[in-house]
Amino acid sequence: MEKGILGLKRGMTQVFDEAGRLIPVTVVEAGPCVVVQKKTASKDGYDAIQLGMVPTEEKKINKPLRGHFAKAGVKPMRFLREVRLADVSGYQVGQEVKVDIFKDGERVDVTGTRKGHGFAGGVKRWGFHRGPMAHGSKYHRRVGSLQSRDAARVFKGRKMPGHYGADRFTVQNLEVVKVDPARNLLLLKGPVPGPRGSLVVVKDTAKK
Amino acid sequence: MDLVSSIEKEQLRKDIPDFRPGDLVRVFVKVVEGGKERTQAFEGTVISRRGSGARETFTVRRVSFGVGVERVFPLHSPRLEKIEVLRKGSVRRAKLFYLRNLSGKASRIKEKK
Repeated sequence: MEKGILGLKRGMTQVFDEAGRLIPVTVVEAGPCVVVQKKTASKDGYDAIQLGMVPTEEKKINKPLRGHFAKAGVKPMRFLREVRLADVSGYQVGQEVKVDIFKDGERVDVTGTRKGHGFAGGVKRWGFHRGPMAHGSKYHRRVGSLQSRDAARVFKGRKMPGHYGADRFTVQNLEVVKVDPARNLLLLKGPVPGPRGSLVVVKDTAKK
Repeated sequence: MDLVSSIEKEQLRKDIPDFRPGDLVRVFVKVVEGGKERTQAFEGTVISRRGSGARETFTVRRVSFGVGVERVFPLHSPRLEKIEVLRKGSVRRAKLFYLRNLSGKASRIKEKK
């Protein structure tokens, strides 16, 4: 992990590449972010930079955070997230981080909060197959067998219905189709977690 | 304008003729064959146009050797060299899927005056 930036998911569309193929992309408005705090292994136990995005009014921020921003000498920001990096020596507090840290064709990981699905059954939550809906079948969308009879108990971690979504989720190894520094945009191939307008963290990928 | 539609706007082609479902068109498609690129024509009736902006597609249907063939093209694809409108058709539907069930004389479309 060498670099990271915050962004807002703006929606999905399609673009044509040079070969004329249609590519599904997610538009992410990334940055400009500001380094609000630098965490180092010697002082904090790990290396990270704290990024702020979208300047906001002072009255919308609580007093402790106001002090935190004042100490860094930056405007109060609506979003504040830490990004863990292998090396933070290249960053200073107050430094701006923009989309141009990424290049076309690079691979990234995107972390965000998934859309909430409420209490979901096994079919939606885990992709279980459903049973026949007609022809006298009484077994439609229920979970099937939980375990073999010999086990005589249900092992931990059994996939069952329950709350689905509205949790932190990372999609790995997405291709950066295009970087638009003029408009602070990233076009990423494929979907990213969360609804439109939600905050996402884009980092260079852990998969190499 | 929101960001997504402004990105789509960059993709739009301006050389697309005005055509509607029912029209007879000839579509020139670039195909790569054995490393070389050449143009292939596909002629048929437009039976559907769907979507908007850069995502718009159209379906062309033709009956070749007694077999119905339908191809869906992205309207703004750079792989389309050009679209020729050969004949304007007069139809009363936006989607002409009923043509799939018709053949011969019954599947003719009246020309628009």
